[in-house]
Amino acid sequence: MELFTNQVLAGIATGAIYACMALAVVMIYQAIDHLNFAQGEMAMFSTFISWQMMQWGIPYWGAFVLTLAFSFAGGIVIERLLFKPLAKAPILTNVAGFIALFAIINSVAGLIWDFTIKQYPTPFGSSPFLGSQLISTHQAGMIGVTVLLLILLFFFFQYTRIGLAMRAAASLPESARLVGINTSWMIALGWGMAAAIGSIAGMLIAPVVFLEPNMMGGVLIYGFAAAVLGGLTSPLGAVIGGFLVGIFENLAGTYIPGVGNELKLPIALALIITVLVVKPAGLFGRPIVKRV
Amino acid sequence: MSAVEDVVTEAPAVEAVPKRAMTLGFGTSLVMLALLLLVPLFVKNFIIFQLTMLLIYGLAVLALNILTGGSGQFSLGQSAFYAVGAYTSAILMEHADMNYALTLPIAGIICFAFGFLFGQPALRLSGVYLALATFALATAMPQLLKLGFFEHWTGGVQGLVVTKPDAPFGLPMSQDMWLYYFTLAITVGIYVASVNLLRSRSGRAFMAIRDNEIAASAMGVDVALYKTLAFGVSAGITGVAGGLGAIAVQFVAPDGYTITLAISLFLGMVVGGVGWLPGSIVGSAFIIFVPNIAEGISKGLSGAVFGVLLFLVIFLVPHGARQVAMVAQQLVGKLKK
Repeated sequence: MELFTNQVLAGIATGAIYACMALAVVMIYQAIDHLNFAQGEMAMFSTFISWQMMQWGIPYWGAFVLTLAFSFAGGIVIERLLFKPLAKAPILTNVAGFIALFAIINSVAGLIWDFTIKQYPTPFGSSPFLGSQLISTHQAGMIGVTVLLLILLFFFFQYTRIGLAMRAAASLPESARLVGINTSWMIALGWGMAAAIGSIAGMLIAPVVFLEPNMMGGVLIYGFAAAVLGGLTSPLGAVIGGFLVGIFENLAGTYIPGVGNELKLPIALALIITVLVVKPAGLFGRPIVKRV
Repeated sequence: MSAVEDVVTEAPAVEAVPKRAMTLGFGTSLVMLALLLLVPLFVKNFIIFQLTMLLIYGLAVLALNILTGGSGQFSLGQSAFYAVGAYTSAILMEHADMNYALTLPIAGIICFAFGFLFGQPALRLSGVYLALATFALATAMPQLLKLGFFEHWTGGVQGLVVTKPDAPFGLPMSQDMWLYYFTLAITVGIYVASVNLLRSRSGRAFMAIRDNEIAASAMGVDVALYKTLAFGVSAGITGVAGGLGAIAVQFVAPDGYTITLAISLFLGMVVGGVGWLPGSIVGSAFIIFVPNIAEGISKGLSGAVFGVLLFLVIFLVPHGARQVAMVAQQLVGKLKK
């Protein structure tokens, strides 16, 4: 039983990483209706920027805020330059665009900062949290930040004018335009916010997985899986999905014989698909009703 | 907060492509075929090998095109079917001493069954959910092939080495050239069959499902059957391509069939034009040659160069090679007047 509790705790700790990423994924899905494959790379690039600033002597929180601003602006610039012209192109062409963006960012980051692994500082310290060996204060801090973000996002979307406008633009663009909402800029704003949330995720994840251009590969896959599991329309679902995936993964690794690190991912994905077959819109997502 | 309305009347993910616009005219097809027949006579063996790979990836892209462009289902798992085909051929040739040509139909049938069965649970999923499911298949496949349980047949991480066939009947041809013509014959056969499939009753059923599933079922199309059938056909063709690939490369190993391959095939389909079968060969050329060109321009930044080239292509022609072909056709039409 103790092994079980420990594994669940460890799962929650890794789940916090996925939850963070899943939240960013859902954000952009809300704004643009696509899964952005380059999201992880954008987050990685932001994390490198903050690392570079710290190398230049800017304190952690200063670098944190500056990086947030940079990522927000960067997200908007990417949308304006690269994806606005593709707005009328077929969806699959857009997906190809994400893959191209992925290749570009990964390669550029590799050229600037090379592929060696770098240490990344944590603001929360890394001593054991509440005497538990399994969750460090950093991981507890990460969970705290994720929950805080979730609450802030909820208030933003529910109680501010611009949040309402973004929701309107995402759900019925035509009608939103008729009541005077600038839908095109709402999409850009969505990109900016997603990039900023992604950068927070990146900066929180970096102390755990270490900083390097390919650090997000695995995390993004789990983040997608978590977002899809929770339901792509629900930020709360994404966060819960993230924790569930983390726990699944750890339990499968412990209790199913013959599952090494290599098979963890396929098993986690297989479980998620099983869930989806039963509940196709995810655990917390609202099913889309189609009409002829 | 919900971004999803109760009623959504958006366009389907894949645009409707009229049946006739899916193929080339008879004359153009003959010119293409003549080109493909004559080119190998004038180039070196290595280029013949590359052309063979061009045809093989072309087949795999064609298979994805039938699935996505034809029936509107999205797949990131094509690399898994490709791997199953490749391993089936390699194992039959190396462990059962079977003739290479005979292994291909078996690879096709096994992959058809695999795809058909995979299509069953996939029926409940669509859009990104289906993408995730097929993606899971693609990531799981290399790991499954490495499992100790199968190692006796698959050779584990090491993979299997396949012997390259000689030209039969004492034909005065190099191995590469023979393999090229062999591949070309199979490719042309499958292409013609696919064109006919999409023109048939089943093809119309695929397209009806792509354009509007509910309307299709109201018209009496057995949606579940045709969706899984599309998966089966697509997997079967990919399996044949995989088998051919194993023979051409003379080697199969789990890490040759990762998700990267599936993403390449997807890019090939987009560049060639979704739902336009002749575009498959253009897309295949893109995924084979453009990474090499990018590497040639800059070694350190090859990924970035590839990305920029890909962006250029989708900016200039968002609908892929089909758009180029349509513009060319209009120009020719004007000249005739």
